[in-house]
Amino acid sequence: MNLIRRKFVKSTAFLSVGAALVGSGVLIPQRALGAYAADAFAARDIDGALNASLGSSDYSPSDAIKLKAPDIAENGAVVPVTVSSSMANVDAISIIATSNPGPLTSTYQLSSVSEPYVSTRIKMAKTGDVIAVIKADGKLYSATKEVKVTIGGCGG
Amino acid sequence: MATIKIRAKAKDGVTTVKTLISHPMDSGLRKNSKTGKLIPAHYVTEVTAEHNGNPVMSANWAGGVSKNPYLSFKFKGGAAGDTLKISWVDNKGESDSAEAKIK
Repeated sequence: MNLIRRKFVKSTAFLSVGAALVGSGVLIPQRALGAYAADAFAARDIDGALNASLGSSDYSPSDAIKLKAPDIAENGAVVPVTVSSSMANVDAISIIATSNPGPLTSTYQLSSVSEPYVSTRIKMAKTGDVIAVIKADGKLYSATKEVKVTIGGCGG
Repeated sequence: MATIKIRAKAKDGVTTVKTLISHPMDSGLRKNSKTGKLIPAHYVTEVTAEHNGNPVMSANWAGGVSKNPYLSFKFKGGAAGDTLKISWVDNKGESDSAEAKIK
């Protein structure tokens, strides 16, 4: 009887230590460069997409991020977006189009030699905000710009 | 068939890479205007870049990136004559890769 109780106490103690380590950030499962997060793209809300792609949905606006996108996009199927930053230790950049069915358009995993700069072309279903979210030193920073879309590029 | 075009240029210790990939990037949400049926999803999921065999950047994509996607990025280091390799994989398991010399 006592033996069983000991085992139980031991195993639960071990579990809670493990959980505490994960919680405190010591044992955060590190995503390898390039691991594909399908659930991030399946997410239909911004928080869900950010949690799955960058590990958090807690972001704050920053002046150190430059987001270049057109004020008016005539064709929503091709919206050029450029993200650059003066921040150091940037791990990843995500580009979000808030009005799309799945808001996350793309995530870029950077390496230690990368400059915090990406430029690409995204689709936008309709007028909405484009949010660039940068992960630097484990924290998320963002820049937002509204893009007016004349012809949507997702449905049809 | 080559599906990747690469331009890589080193200047002041920073290499700027511009690349174009030929791919339909169908999101799976669009309908064929004649039959009214959904066009199945067919998009690039991952693009990776290697400089002399070392990974420098990887992009995760889905149907939210435009058809025939364009991507530009920068990294420190890299000199004229170095090899830059770009590879992609799509959601159907198709893939391609191409190499270019940095100018």
